[in-house]
Amino acid sequence: MADSTPKPSSSVKLVLLGEAAVGKSSLVLRFVNNDFQENKEPTIGAAFLTQKCNLPTRTIKFEIWDTAGQERFASLAPMYYRNAQSALVVYDLTKPTSLIKAKHWVAELQRQASPGIVIALVGNKLDLTNEAGASNSLGDDAESDAADGEDVDGDARKVSTAEAQSYAEEEGLLFFETSAKLGTNVTEVFTAIANAIPETSLKGIRGPGAAAAPARTEDPSRVNLTGPRDSASKEGCAC
Amino acid sequence: MPLDERSTDASEHAGPTSIDTEEESDSGNHSRVDKNNNKGEKQRPPLPPRPKAGLLQSDASPNSPQSVKGLRPSLQSKPTTALSSVDIQTLSFPDGSRGTFSTPGSRLVSESVMGLSTGTSTPSGKASRAGIDMDDTTSLISYAPTLRGNGDLESLLDSGLDSPSPAWKLLSTQSEAANPFESFEYEGPSLHSFDKEFDEIEAVDTKRGNEEELLIQWKSKLKHYIILSSAGKPIYSRHGDQNLINGYIGIIQTIISFFESAKDPLLGFTAGNTRFVVVTQGPLYLFAISKLKETDAQLRAQLDALYMQILSTLTLSNLTHLFTNRPNTDLRRPLEGTETLLSSLSDTFTKGSASSLLSALECLKIRKTQRYVINNTMLKARTPNLLYGLIVAGGRLVSVARPKRHSLHPGDLQLIFNMLFEAGSVKAGGGENWIPLCLPGFNNRGYLYMYVSFISARENAENVAERPSTASSVSQEDEIAILLISAEKESFFELKEMRDDIVEQLEKNGSMDIIKKAVRVGRSSATEMVPGTPLRHFLYKSRANVQFTMPSFSPDFGSALARRKLMNLYHALHASAHAKHAHTKVIHCISTDSVSLVWTTASFEFYCIAGPNTSRAALAQGANKIIQWVKREEERLFIIGGAVF
Ligand SMILES: Nc1nc2c(ncn2[C@@H]2O[C@H](COP(=O)(O)OP(=O)(O)OP(=O)(O)O)[C@@H](O)[C@H]2O)c(=O)[nH]1
Ligand SMILES: [Mg+2]
Repeated sequence: MADSTPKPSSSVKLVLLGEAAVGKSSLVLRFVNNDFQENKEPTIGAAFLTQKCNLPTRTIKFEIWDTAGQERFASLAPMYYRNAQSALVVYDLTKPTSLIKAKHWVAELQRQASPGIVIALVGNKLDLTNEAGASNSLGDDAESDAADGEDVDGDARKVSTAEAQSYAEEEGLLFFETSAKLGTNVTEVFTAIANAIPETSLKGIRGPGAAAAPARTEDPSRVNLTGPRDSASKEGCAC
Repeated sequence: MPLDERSTDASEHAGPTSIDTEEESDSGNHSRVDKNNNKGEKQRPPLPPRPKAGLLQSDASPNSPQSVKGLRPSLQSKPTTALSSVDIQTLSFPDGSRGTFSTPGSRLVSESVMGLSTGTSTPSGKASRAGIDMDDTTSLISYAPTLRGNGDLESLLDSGLDSPSPAWKLLSTQSEAANPFESFEYEGPSLHSFDKEFDEIEAVDTKRGNEEELLIQWKSKLKHYIILSSAGKPIYSRHGDQNLINGYIGIIQTIISFFESAKDPLLGFTAGNTRFVVVTQGPLYLFAISKLKETDAQLRAQLDALYMQILSTLTLSNLTHLFTNRPNTDLRRPLEGTETLLSSLSDTFTKGSASSLLSALECLKIRKTQRYVINNTMLKARTPNLLYGLIVAGGRLVSVARPKRHSLHPGDLQLIFNMLFEAGSVKAGGGENWIPLCLPGFNNRGYLYMYVSFISARENAENVAERPSTASSVSQEDEIAILLISAEKESFFELKEMRDDIVEQLEKNGSMDIIKKAVRVGRSSATEMVPGTPLRHFLYKSRANVQFTMPSFSPDFGSALARRKLMNLYHALHASAHAKHAHTKVIHCISTDSVSLVWTTASFEFYCIAGPNTSRAALAQGANKIIQWVKREEERLFIIGGAVF
């Protein structure tokens, strides 16, 4: 990578949705702080965080809304996904009802969010299954659907990879199984989203170094470099 | 905007920063209660036995603004400074309600005996009649330590500072400089399980049959808070899971609704050394069980605060709506997630909190000019949708920006502080937060939105400000929080910009360093304030500002138990100073392991404690010196006026 010239930088609005306690905040905490808390308290309202993600050709600055999964906050969700370019819909792969809830969120996003929104379906708490850490290659080998609960192996998986993956394919979603606890696949999810965002929908922001170097290797006409940073971020989720 | 819909509740309470009123607002007391009280007082026949006491009773009542205003001027002209005139007799009657359980026959007391038609609440007014009647006949009880434990909950002579053995007394008299509560081996029966008070009780496991064992644990807790619907549906219990306490919920519901249906609501009763207090709020029953010798009024204020928390989650409109549609509603689902907030609130009360006892707030001590700069920074950065702006550091208020027409209700602030600094759920997430909440004191019908961002007060704060650290690594004392409250749901980015502006300016004009330094230094000890003072701890509440100040708990009250003992003492002193007919303005209290003093005037309430061998004169002089110190430092200790726009 050419480090001498600053890479073009753009911001991407991302919203996390999913049932309570599936691990949305934990995924964000892992991505942003590379940290994990064993007994994380439920989110109240929503939390706003930012994190940069370095791609070979450009830097993506994620502006993340980590929403509360508890039912009583559900009515506020549209405020957060309305202008989002991407969404992480999370379920807990030890809890089948959380996948049902995730499917509801996907349907709502497809109906109400911006048309080009990139959605990733994420099955979290992979560490609670017995294949955790054994391999990072997921998805191809279908799990036995009969995996019921904490058997002798300590496998708590209740949602098979195959089931979730085929649903994701049908709906055109990115799909990952992750562990916020171990960090498995967490950066991968965000990187995949960053890569999947169509270049056309990227709004440029003026990064610290970027201001001095307006010349880009990217097609400049497609990247809006003029919008001042503040208004760019403000217009997003706020209105 | 809910601005104009503001309920009358708010207008009756003085905010912590309003200077135009002297009335004190009791954190949990709602106006409905107040009105009933006033009505009750009017309806009540005159009190023949002690007319003088009757007058002062209104004076001491924080809930009746009219009488307060009527009476204060005369008091102000003649504040009691006669520290030596000690009226020991009154000590045994710190709170009139005591009369309801000092006689063996009255274990189960419905206090609604005075012909109150509504009867939803009578904190101590009606019960106090009994207190008056017995005043002269029973006051000697308190002189006889042998009678303690006889349901004499309020007697200051055994105010939770449990009697030591003769041997210890001998020992302690040899030491001139003995500190309060030095004898920690002497934890009387009331506090011996305090260290286990906050341990979780496991879930009931029918297979293992652990229920009996769990019930023993459950019963050994010093404090319980239970909330249920009037239809008997459990809503919240601090200890024990539903399977464990279901039976009790049923019993509680039966007892309360029995009295409800007789139009003779139950307010409280005593069993052994345990006091049970009931608050009925619309479709909810709130129930407190305490072995900590708090008064009914104090327990009621705590229950009111829990009720405020429920309203804060739901709003009164939603709560009413739910139960009107379905009286059998299970409230646990709509309240999902509120449990941790209720528990941390409960635990604050159980640990003992000066702030909630006094219904006042503590401020960060900084110079007047420095606060002025901070206030101005807030005002300059203010954006159109801002309703309230607060800077809080180490759990203490640094600056408040508010509209002229609105002061902040201490009960609302207690909820916010509890959520941010005690429950930890917000801080743990990192980042910036956008939290919908109802502030019932401001308006119990609608939601406001609160922007929250934390900044670490530690040295390496630069990068932390950018990327807020997580709760595991930072304690409450280290945190600076910027809270910006708006009625506009979509104003997150507007307020975020305001926050960035504030932080940038505070960094630039040096205020941020001043705040961080003040947080790191922490509270000074009493000796640092007045060198050589015999006082080990004190509380000073400025009534006009609805704020208080106190020294650090260390070195003498560092442990949770020592703190609880200190709080027991303060609760007892507070109760005696706020008894409906407390006619003393100064109370000097001697017990085996401490001496203490409470002094109330129109402008302040002062509580202090010293070692057991401190003479009365030394205590009085020490108190005077501290009060002089507070007066001198007043503009540093308290926010006077604040940033009003
Ligand atoms: N074993 C395991 N536990 C996890 C993982 N991710 C989260 N948890 C735990 O699951 C619980 C809930 O995690 P949160 O991150 O708070 O879940 P959330 O989705 O943000 O919940 P809400 O904020 O209420 O919507 C916490 O106790 C976490 O420690 C994981 O990958 N593995
Ligand atoms: Mg969360």
